[in-house]
Amino acid sequence: MKNILEVKDLSLSLNGKEILKNINMEVWEGYVHAIVGPNGAGKSTFASAVMGLEGYRHFSGDIFFKGKDIGKLNIDERARMGITFGWQEPARYEGLLIKDFLKAAAVHKDDDFLIEQLEKVGLIPSDFLHRAVDKTLSGGERKKIELASILVMEPDLILLDEPDSGIDMETLTKIFKVIKEERKKKKTIILITHSLAVLKQADHAFMFCNGEILAKDTAKKIIPFYKNYCIPCVHKNIPDKEGVKLG
Amino acid sequence: MDKNDLTKELAKITETDDIFKQPDIAHIFIHKHKLIQSHLLPGLKVDVQEFKDHIKVYATVEKNVIIDKPVHMCFGMIPEEGVQRMVVHYEIEENASVSFLSHCAFPNAVNIQHIMDGTINVGKNAKYRYLEKHVHGLSGGIKVYPHTIIQLAEGAHYYSEFELIKGRAGLIDFNYEATCAANSVLEMITRVSGKEDDHIIIKEIGHLAGEGARGFLSSRVAAIGNTKAEVYNKLTASAAYARGHVDCTEIIKDNGIVSATPIVEVSHPKAHITHEAALGSVDSKQLQTLMARGLNEEEATDLIIKGLLS
Repeated sequence: MKNILEVKDLSLSLNGKEILKNINMEVWEGYVHAIVGPNGAGKSTFASAVMGLEGYRHFSGDIFFKGKDIGKLNIDERARMGITFGWQEPARYEGLLIKDFLKAAAVHKDDDFLIEQLEKVGLIPSDFLHRAVDKTLSGGERKKIELASILVMEPDLILLDEPDSGIDMETLTKIFKVIKEERKKKKTIILITHSLAVLKQADHAFMFCNGEILAKDTAKKIIPFYKNYCIPCVHKNIPDKEGVKLG
Repeated sequence: MDKNDLTKELAKITETDDIFKQPDIAHIFIHKHKLIQSHLLPGLKVDVQEFKDHIKVYATVEKNVIIDKPVHMCFGMIPEEGVQRMVVHYEIEENASVSFLSHCAFPNAVNIQHIMDGTINVGKNAKYRYLEKHVHGLSGGIKVYPHTIIQLAEGAHYYSEFELIKGRAGLIDFNYEATCAANSVLEMITRVSGKEDDHIIIKEIGHLAGEGARGFLSSRVAAIGNTKAEVYNKLTASAAYARGHVDCTEIIKDNGIVSATPIVEVSHPKAHITHEAALGSVDSKQLQTLMARGLNEEEATDLIIKGLLS
């Protein structure tokens, strides 16, 4: 297995509270991975640190992407290396047309390419290209537009934070289909989630609890434990490493 | 340059060359204080009086006349220096409907003043739509003073957009004030971006004086470089069921300074006005989303501002 992402001894504090504690992780290239855990486990903080988002840049430890230390790189520098991030609640842009939003990130600037990506996420291009990425879009439409904006840049590593948040089943099914298609293309995807339905899309999973990795294994092995012991969390987010018995 | 050359030059700058081939599109071109080209349609009357130091333009759309395609207006000056002073009156008679696309072009401005004192009467159940697009030069040596008083009769509908689409703002001192009778609708929108040491002053004022009148004042300003922008929105409601909203967004970049002074005044218990304003730098999540797609901070900021002003 080839690692696309390696994290070594990553610790990160926010407002004096240690959110991530000595995280070590190897992410294999070409697979769908899940970072699973209850609210407050540090999942989104981890993804934000990998992307280099504002407020998540001061950490100890190392993050390597394709073998290069990216800890000091800006968001856009990381993006140009092939990492990108999908927000739980995508941003809205008054007046900015979907066409311009997609084109700005696209590796190919022609309309046909943009149309193809909108079709992949289940949107009718002629209905959306000339609309703005604003509050007139529904939550599901915004998620799909966000996903299309990721596809147009053809990244190597996609971090998706709570991809099922605030959307209907039809949209979620479409997102799952896109994830499968990207996996076929040997793209690496990390799904940040506390949902079993999302976890089931992954090949491999890291179980986070209170800023630590409690277990890592195939998603098939993680699922029963997570289902039976983490929903709800019987330890009130205090890791019980001894109690972990994977199926 | 003779009148034909000036017309061609202004049309080229404002990218409106094709209108001359379309007889169903009315147009009026004014250079400094001279009418240089016009084409009118039945029901649209325009009276122009030229003076040494100003020009008067009185346009009337007659009762029940509906003009399907936008009337193109072009006011401008090709030289680098000078003053264009205009006194403009629009009379939109009862049940008439018209849309104006107005270009104000000062492509070479180094020391130019464009002063417009306007009055607009929109008659009972009439519809008036006015899109004003400015094309300025890059020196910033321009001062623009569009000052207009608007009266909306019962059931009238007024919509205006003011935007700077090319060049430096220089000094823009925009001042529009409208009074709205019963069941009339007022929509006033400004979009301006300033660079270097531009100075932008926007005053949008609406009085919802008649029962059921509705008003919407919107301003979008980007202050880049050392631009100073001041926005004053005032909306008053003094009649039952009058409804209004004031919306102001100003973005700063570099050393820009923005201020917003909203005044909302309600003097009838059954009237209602809301207000929202957002001032500051570009939203962090918007910026980071675009950066996570590979745009650098400058490119991402420019795209966000472009969207906001579009």
